[in-house]
Amino acid sequence: MGARSGKCICGEAKNEKSILIKKDFSKMANNEWPLWEVFIRSKQGLSHKHVGSLRAPDAEMAVENARDVYTRRSEGISIWVVESNNIHASHPSEADSLFEPAHSKVYRHPTFYDVPDGISHM
Amino acid sequence: MLEANINELERRFQEKIDNDQKIEPNDWMPDNYRQTLIRQISQHAHSEIVGMLPEGNWITRAPNLRRKAVLLAKVQDEAGHGLYLYSATETLGADREETIDDLHSGKAKYSSIFNYPTLSWADMGVIGWLVDGAAIMNQVPLCRCSYGPYARAMVRVCKEESFHQRQGYEIMMTLAKGTPEQKAMAQDALNRFWWPSLMMFGPNDAESTHTAQSMAWKIKRSTNDELRQQMVDITVPQAELIGLTIPDPDLKWNEEKQGYDYGEIDWDEFWSVVKGNGPCNKERVDARRKAKENGEWVREAANAYAAKQKMKKAS
Ligand SMILES: [Fe+2]
Ligand SMILES: [Fe+2]
Ligand SMILES: [Fe+2]
Repeated sequence: MGARSGKCICGEAKNEKSILIKKDFSKMANNEWPLWEVFIRSKQGLSHKHVGSLRAPDAEMAVENARDVYTRRSEGISIWVVESNNIHASHPSEADSLFEPAHSKVYRHPTFYDVPDGISHM
Repeated sequence: MLEANINELERRFQEKIDNDQKIEPNDWMPDNYRQTLIRQISQHAHSEIVGMLPEGNWITRAPNLRRKAVLLAKVQDEAGHGLYLYSATETLGADREETIDDLHSGKAKYSSIFNYPTLSWADMGVIGWLVDGAAIMNQVPLCRCSYGPYARAMVRVCKEESFHQRQGYEIMMTLAKGTPEQKAMAQDALNRFWWPSLMMFGPNDAESTHTAQSMAWKIKRSTNDELRQQMVDITVPQAELIGLTIPDPDLKWNEEKQGYDYGEIDWDEFWSVVKGNGPCNKERVDARRKAKENGEWVREAANAYAAKQKMKKAS
């Protein structure tokens, strides 16, 4: 059967003409295209939103690839790409201390205040 | 790290999951959770990519321009699905190049369904209907998976999958309404793909070693047998509606369980295909390897061009 002879029983493998170039792929690792984060504005008036990532050799191709991968069904009218290693993030393990100051300040919300029943326009 | 610390981290991690909170890339996670996800997501990615081959085989021979445009769009979607999923493995620290090379060396697995040949145009119908149908059944619960990037990728994938199944069923319906030869072609495709499609859900729950842990981690939300039963129950009436027969003499409605009883799956065949002895395993992996090798000069040229542009800008 196909698995042994190298030919599929269905004759699916028709394009045998392509040239086989043997390469040592172990050397290629640092040749890998950089990673880009993709942000899409879905319509006028909304901000760009992170949708995913992809690899591309440069910004121009990153935008083109993002067009092909993330907007095939008219999901966007504008694309931003940012090289992933240019993104600086807060650390999850420090989230508690980073955001703690906000937790104790309930008076920043309108619901904190007592107002008489029946008052309007407030 | 102290063992007590790790236990505490693990306890908090499981607590988060039990409360249906998502895990995000930089959050602490047990090493096993990470490794299980990398394995599962990369297998899923490989399946999307290898899955392009049996259908790509028919693009130039689609019966008309409408079918050709649809098949092209579907295969292009699958490439996108592969990309979302490889990206998700990268958020877990997997190296993309290595992940892909693991497929090419045979170290990594992909869905065994793609090791069956596509012999006639009707196979494009049955694949959309049953194979994408089974994939959707698997992927819908994964939209609630505990790992954020995987869950988000699944939401996108499921949105895109919805036309895949319908276009396949439409092909089957058209053939089933056609000449006797066309109808026979549709039935033959169903006969060949029915059992392999049911195998897509993996071994029986009793044999499935990772299920319990994966369910506790919410990276699997239903068991193999639950999904398989759903698939049978949904598909049988769809086949009846277009006058095709499910190739299973033991198939019978079970009033008590409100579902179908179905025949025994040939697990020897399943394991033999998983282990690499299916009709097309070698062709599939060879085709992927060749695609990578033949595209190498393009990737090199793009790199050289990018470097040159960078230099120009700097000077
Ligand atoms: Fe897909
Ligand atoms: Fe899929
Ligand atoms: Fe699909």
